[in-house]
Amino acid sequence: MKKFASLLLIFVFVASMLAGCAGGGEDQVTLNVYNWGDYIDESILEDFEAETGIRVNYEMFATNEDMYVKIKQGGTKYDIAFPSDYMIEKMQNEDMLHKIDMSKVPNYSLIMDEFKGLDFDPNEEFSVPYMWGTVGILYNKSLVTDPVDSWDILWDEKYKGNILMMDSQRDTLMVALKKLGYSMNTRNVDELEEAKQLLIDQKPLVLAYVGDNAKDMMMSEEAAMAVVWSGEAIQVMTEMDGFEYAYPKEGTNLWFDSIVIPKTSEHVEEAHMFIDFLNREDIAFRNADYIGYSSPNTGAVEQISDELKAMSAAYPDMSKLDNAEVFLDPGSFIEEFNRVWTELKAQ
Amino acid sequence: MLRRFSALPYVIWSGLFIIIPLLLVAGYSITSKDLETGAVMFSLENFQKFLDPLYLKVLWRSVKLAGEATIICLLLGYPMAMILAKMPAKTQRIAALLFVLPMWMNFLLRTYAWMYILGKTGIVNKLLMALNLPTVNFLYNEGAVLLGMVYNFLPFMVLPIYTVLTKIDPSVVEAAEDLGANAITVFKRIIVPLSVPGIISGITMVFMPAVSTFVISALLGGGQFMLVGNLVEQQFLLVNNWHFGSAISMILMVLILISMAVLNRYDTSETTGSGVSMI
Amino acid sequence: MSKWAKRIYASLIFLFLYAPIIVLIVFSFNAGKYSGNWEGFSFRWYQELVDNSSIMKALYYTLTVAFASSIIATIIGTFAAFGIHHMRPVKKTIMLNVNNIPVLNPDIVTGVALMTLFGFVKMKFGVSTMLIAHITFNIPYVILSVLPKLKQLPQDALEAAMDLGATPWYAFRKVIFPEILPGIVTGCLIAFTLSVDDFVISFFTTGNGVTNLSIAIFSMARRGIKPVINALSTIMFGTVLGLLLIVNRRTGDLSELDV
Repeated sequence: MKKFASLLLIFVFVASMLAGCAGGGEDQVTLNVYNWGDYIDESILEDFEAETGIRVNYEMFATNEDMYVKIKQGGTKYDIAFPSDYMIEKMQNEDMLHKIDMSKVPNYSLIMDEFKGLDFDPNEEFSVPYMWGTVGILYNKSLVTDPVDSWDILWDEKYKGNILMMDSQRDTLMVALKKLGYSMNTRNVDELEEAKQLLIDQKPLVLAYVGDNAKDMMMSEEAAMAVVWSGEAIQVMTEMDGFEYAYPKEGTNLWFDSIVIPKTSEHVEEAHMFIDFLNREDIAFRNADYIGYSSPNTGAVEQISDELKAMSAAYPDMSKLDNAEVFLDPGSFIEEFNRVWTELKAQ
Repeated sequence: MLRRFSALPYVIWSGLFIIIPLLLVAGYSITSKDLETGAVMFSLENFQKFLDPLYLKVLWRSVKLAGEATIICLLLGYPMAMILAKMPAKTQRIAALLFVLPMWMNFLLRTYAWMYILGKTGIVNKLLMALNLPTVNFLYNEGAVLLGMVYNFLPFMVLPIYTVLTKIDPSVVEAAEDLGANAITVFKRIIVPLSVPGIISGITMVFMPAVSTFVISALLGGGQFMLVGNLVEQQFLLVNNWHFGSAISMILMVLILISMAVLNRYDTSETTGSGVSMI
Repeated sequence: MSKWAKRIYASLIFLFLYAPIIVLIVFSFNAGKYSGNWEGFSFRWYQELVDNSSIMKALYYTLTVAFASSIIATIIGTFAAFGIHHMRPVKKTIMLNVNNIPVLNPDIVTGVALMTLFGFVKMKFGVSTMLIAHITFNIPYVILSVLPKLKQLPQDALEAAMDLGATPWYAFRKVIFPEILPGIVTGCLIAFTLSVDDFVISFFTTGNGVTNLSIAIFSMARRGIKPVINALSTIMFGTVLGLLLIVNRRTGDLSELDV
């Protein structure tokens, strides 16, 4: 018993020492990259290190908000991050982002024109789009007999207990607001109250407000339809047949995850190199292929399989996005969104 | 000497890493930020805000669920602890470790697994269908959240009670039996009172974290319930109102500490000197 | 209670505890990527695990921090429990309440508060900050496990030993320590368990490339947790189970002298 204890103690000390020394090679430039989980083909990082000699420290976050708190707090000097649209605007408003010198990112020219100069970065100064998508209704063709082209179907009594909504404030309120014909970026409390009432009416029909496991639930037929991000729909539809993704005619949310350089970066030059590398045709394709979401990089899209290109969930006809809106930072109005959401949940 | 300074390292540690962060949280709770000017000033508005029936309902629901989960853990866990304590020494150790082992698998994974087992088209329902029985909606209700809590916290109730039960002197039990006590009386008058310190630790380790949990209600409850844990998380991350979030935590803390104080009144083992033989 | 009733009850409880684990293990052999969809038997995730260096790195940090923090917490906590047990009522109540704070606070509050503290003193985030955070939330559970055992002892056990000529340290080692050992072991076990499974606090107190398994898993949730994790969990489970059986077999003979 004693021997075991002392052996264990020795192990602990040795391990702690080793852990402390994990940051070897002080001379090498190291980029701290902060991304969503499983959102990059990791072999790309190895290739980047091999080609440029720049090391990459790769960390992951689960939500934009988590990422925001960590970057703002400053304990780690992040060089690259991948926030979503509204979060980029918020970070920009709080002066947390470095300007990106597009002349140092020549591959930026490969980004589709429709995705340049978006609402949250109109002068193309702070972000380079990484992946994009929409929000829509994923439904099981064998369980849903009516045509699906409007948010209304989520309020159809016929599908009681078979509907999945998102456990996300902004996204679910968006559905209700769009159904009522309002903007999802509204700052009008009355419109918000109407949306709230609509959602309260819907609550008995909803099976669950799900986070990330909508895919699994749809595939095991727990529900007939779900509000999902297009990326999730793509994942489901490439895995199994019998599903379809619909763009409601009232319009939906167009989302972007883009690359930014936080002001904490101490290696701005190298960060630019990294962004340029990610957008190189071959790299962008490998990445898009691995992740499976829609890429904004024309060079990548060209090499994508015809199957995927034909999938409207992945690369829709742009006219489907006429009524689409991008999320903007609600600023202090988030308190109203929040109150409404809490009231909905507390029913 | 040993007695006086034994706790010193912890006193220092807690001062640095529990008290100071606590003061930070307290500081946030009694201030608020003017959103226009960004100026920070003293204010009790965060506490007033919480007195809204909306939030009180959320708090009540959390406390109720946590309480129910604690009671279930106690009812299920006590017999289990007794069984463990009576096993032969060799089996005991393995069994105790086997009890804790599931918790080394990631919590999110285990919760997802429950959803797979209890879902509408999950394992249990598939079984029921095969037996021509009606399917049951196990998930997305309060029952599912309770199940998740009990599943998660049961070992924390069983282990402290078990460690205390292992050293209850059998001669005390024998003496009682010689004096004519039946099994129930022995249990009520001897075993339970002697195991009170373990019970209290168990309740502490279950009730307190159960009140502030949020993942279980989000997943197993189908996001239909907002519990205090969800509320706090929301304030700190989504709304970025650390002031309100901190105020809620302070209120929670005071409430729980008071109920723990009430609970500790039942712990009379100090005064009786426990009367249990040692060697 | 009849022997069979006990056996059935214990089995049911264990079945309850292990049901999700069995599901997890089965799905580690799923040829398909999503747990909604069984596509046949396959070892592909085990093979992928070998290549996946980032998960291996996460595992390394998880185990290192778990071992280190649980052992350190056990040492500090055991002595603290002993000290607290002998404190005067007022000081004792204060310390016990302070001890309760990390247990009752929502993880986000503990995580954010510690993060702010570390930021304030400009510490570099990484293993050391994560370690401190883990030790902080582990110690209370150790104390809560050891304290009941201390309460079970006769008040004057220590005095009695010292009256017979033992030094305080010797008395502690030979008299008190063996009696509270089950509590210490339980505390250490609980601490290790909490450390391995922690996400929120770890997330906010780490940085500079240091991550752990929970962070890796939670951050994967948006995209779908790959069965690689199931494979890893199965291997971890199998390893610990195997070690358990070996250790128990070897020390089994000595334990017969117990009781």
